[in-house]
Amino acid sequence: MPMLRHLALACLALALGACGKIWNDPYPASQARANVLYSAFSERPKHLDPARAYSSNETEIIGQIYEPPLQYSFLKRPYTLEPLTAQSLPRVRYYDKAGRELPADAPIGQIAESVYDITLKPGIYYQPHPAFAVDAHGRPRYLHLGAAGMAGRDSLADFHHSGTRELTTADYVYEIKRLADPAVASPIYSLMAQYILGLRRLGAQLEQARKNDPHGFIDLDRYALPGAQVTGRYSYRITLKGKYPQFLYWLAMPFFAPVPRVVDEFYRQSGMAQRNLSLDTQPVGTGAFMLTVNEPNRRMVLMRNPDFHAEFYPRHGMPGDVARGLLRDAGKRLPLLDGAVYSLEKENIPYWNKFLQGYYDVSGLSSDSFDQAVRFGGAGQAELAPAMRARGMQLITAVAPSIWYLGFNMQDPVVGGLDAKHRDLRQAISIALDYEQFIDIFLNGRGVPGQGPLPPGIYGYAPNAYDPWVYERRDGRIERRPLAYARALLARAGYPGGRNALSGQPLVLYFDTMASGPDARARLEWYRKQFARLGIQLVVRATDYNRFQDKMRRGNDQIFEWGWNADYPDPENFFFLLYGPNGKVKDGGENAANYANPEFDRLFEQMRYMDDGPARLALIDRMNAIVERDAPWVFAYYPKAFTLIQPWVYNVKPNFMANNTLKYRRIDPALRARLRAAWNHPVLWPLGALAAGLVLAVLPAWRAWRRRERQAAR
Amino acid sequence: MMRYLVKRLLYAVPILLGVNLLTFALFFVVNTPDDMARLQLGTKRVTPEAIARWKAEHGYDEPLFYNPKAAGVDKITDTLFARKSAAMFVFDFGRSDDGRDIGREIRTRMWPSLAIAVPVFVIGLAANISFALLMIFFRGTYLDWAGLALCILLMSISGLFYIIAGQFFIAKLWHLLPISGYSGGIHALRFILLPVLVSLAAGLGSGARWYRTLFQEEVGKDYVRTARAKGLSEVRVLFGHVLRNGLIPILTGAVAVLPLLFLGSLLTESFFGIPGLGSYTVDAIRAQDFAVVRAMVFLGSLLYIVGLMLTDISYALADPRVRLG
Repeated sequence: MPMLRHLALACLALALGACGKIWNDPYPASQARANVLYSAFSERPKHLDPARAYSSNETEIIGQIYEPPLQYSFLKRPYTLEPLTAQSLPRVRYYDKAGRELPADAPIGQIAESVYDITLKPGIYYQPHPAFAVDAHGRPRYLHLGAAGMAGRDSLADFHHSGTRELTTADYVYEIKRLADPAVASPIYSLMAQYILGLRRLGAQLEQARKNDPHGFIDLDRYALPGAQVTGRYSYRITLKGKYPQFLYWLAMPFFAPVPRVVDEFYRQSGMAQRNLSLDTQPVGTGAFMLTVNEPNRRMVLMRNPDFHAEFYPRHGMPGDVARGLLRDAGKRLPLLDGAVYSLEKENIPYWNKFLQGYYDVSGLSSDSFDQAVRFGGAGQAELAPAMRARGMQLITAVAPSIWYLGFNMQDPVVGGLDAKHRDLRQAISIALDYEQFIDIFLNGRGVPGQGPLPPGIYGYAPNAYDPWVYERRDGRIERRPLAYARALLARAGYPGGRNALSGQPLVLYFDTMASGPDARARLEWYRKQFARLGIQLVVRATDYNRFQDKMRRGNDQIFEWGWNADYPDPENFFFLLYGPNGKVKDGGENAANYANPEFDRLFEQMRYMDDGPARLALIDRMNAIVERDAPWVFAYYPKAFTLIQPWVYNVKPNFMANNTLKYRRIDPALRARLRAAWNHPVLWPLGALAAGLVLAVLPAWRAWRRRERQAAR
Repeated sequence: MMRYLVKRLLYAVPILLGVNLLTFALFFVVNTPDDMARLQLGTKRVTPEAIARWKAEHGYDEPLFYNPKAAGVDKITDTLFARKSAAMFVFDFGRSDDGRDIGREIRTRMWPSLAIAVPVFVIGLAANISFALLMIFFRGTYLDWAGLALCILLMSISGLFYIIAGQFFIAKLWHLLPISGYSGGIHALRFILLPVLVSLAAGLGSGARWYRTLFQEEVGKDYVRTARAKGLSEVRVLFGHVLRNGLIPILTGAVAVLPLLFLGSLLTESFFGIPGLGSYTVDAIRAQDFAVVRAMVFLGSLLYIVGLMLTDISYALADPRVRLG
């Protein structure tokens, strides 16, 4: 009986599924030929407010919706900024304390203020939204609703009118003011308060204001901010204290995208937050797409913004882009897709299987699926497995502008210190940790051994350079120095054979990590073995996130693992991780190793303000050389991203800086529908086998029952 | 019975208060508000100033249990515990650390959880009892032993295996159902069928074996012999008498879990992409979102109390000898 019920249910489902040709399609049949990209996310984005979103899974969504004044070129490398809503890249002007304009090459000491004048392109409009809806008198239709006005409105769809309006410079200024609002809690407020004129003062004023009204609407237009001002219908000005050349890169991030005051006021009305209606959940932008469904427990849907301004696919790229088909759509109006559906897929296995069935258009590669998808050729290059190639899939690999490193706490008496003895110890460890092997074993080759603090894609990275303290040139090839050399360095450091030369005690080092679980155990065991090659005993102190952070903050760590993804392609964004005044223990900064070398710090202070050019490159080389010699980090590896794309997906070029590349993507929906049908024919024999099995199982039981029922009493 | 229910409901108040206090204490022994802020603010550029602002914005800048700066009774009420706990008793769960309304999240997420849990519970109960009664019917024969062996085999396999095998064979290899996903309305059927089938298969072994043990005990009793002596068929004896008398232990297990069906299943929902409540608490613990943890523990305790009350009521309904009071 129970099995029959199962069978009946299965038949019902199959009957329902049979409405379409494919039974296992997770999407509605009506969307089979839609010009929509299907992708997934494993962790729900916490914040979609442009002043707050910082994680990659958040910017991946809002990057398509919000438009800061600048963007990164989709095809050009090295990463290049270009105007987005701005008419041109802003020209920065410098002023001294007396307000006199200075030449572009003025010494940093003379520069009191940097002024960025930004002029917008006219005719850019927002996506349709109820906040812009107006009544017959031109007044906002949905402001000051009150409890009665909110009754019966549960989502944005319940606001039956919507409108749009032209992008104004006041919207950009308003967003800069929002960075200082405590109710927004922008992660870059502290950094920007150091530079944007008057932002810290505004922050203090808003803190006071928020004491009376923690979550309500505060009209930021009533607060002055000298560092951000509207200067004309299409122009605004940002004034920074001193000089901060990297600021241009921030102007390409959603933090500096426009937010209209009316939208803020709309969402801050009483009752909106209880309905999950806020800028953090329902973004409003001028970008190519708008978020039409935000169910982060299930899916997020972006659809084409009908009011998107004229933007066209780039006509020029890099050599090789034509051959790769990346300029086939040159000059076409963007976006090329009608939308994108992101489904929540927490586990790797279903994600991968659905990709293989054609229900996701793009996939990364987890360790579980790596061997199935990729194999390494004779020269060690990654290639698609034949089964994937037969399906027409493509593999795209690119080294990310990120670094993973093993850091030494430079304040620790054993591994820290800038003297030769401690340097030798760290260099010996740097040599002994065979990251080529680590990358092979634990990353399936998805990484490049680090040669310095700057990863590929960052200005100043030299592809042929190597860390001369860890590597050497042998027979024209760059190879890791031999272990014997590391042992000699260790002996010179006072630990011959891994024992203290004076006391004879073994050298015991402590490795603090947040890693746990079976995968981490193998990795930590590998570290133990690598240290043991030098005779050093490594004690792993695995801990949770909170305790680890606490240890780092207090400097109770000795050796730790850490990583950094580039915010922007400037070396300042990596060297600041080693800048002395940025130390974690002393200043709560990002310099987790607490490295402080006065010479390096002096060069950093010069380099950060310089324009790109030979002089800056020379300085970067010197800084690299200092860090490589001092070895506060073991430059473990630069991660390599492997992306698989289906045969119907076009215009995929890894761009780790840009977060708005969806508008360039193109798909062939007809090909996708055809291949999905070919790959997903329902196999029916198991149902027949199941039915037969049930009959075979039930029949003898039924006969036995009949026999017993007819049996006479004995 | 009414008096009994009111008494039990009043007992629930101190229990819930105690659970809330314990959750609060345990959570803040492991995590400080600074830790929570750090986790929420991410890994980049988290300055002490940003932490202070986050705490102030989320109301975590107050003392936990005792406020020496306040006056009179405010010393107790003007604290994190009092402020965050009081609203719970009127089911105002507040907002999660990412700003979403928790009550709304629970209301939204409980339906997909129920869509899986209710059929699994109902069909599973029927299937397990029927299978157990069949084994009893054929007790001592090779069919009984085969059934028992099947139960032990099914019990010995990890729940995760059923999920992966179900997805592999039914969805990936035979393309009969979607691997994962969810949809509203009638379309949900296509997505819940596989998780329901998998959950039923995973629960059949232990369930049927447990009920078989119960019925085995009943079937040897005098009233069964009397029923047989009256000439009743074995089917009537089993379904009409043994099942009815075996209801008390069945109700003990089944009715108590009834309210907890709302809370969903972590593993099933995670693998099948069901947007239910199963992973809500676990995700919140990982993200150190105290507001959600507190709300879910409170709700779990409340549902458990309700479950126990329902069990007591069902005893009275199933067995006329039982009197509540």
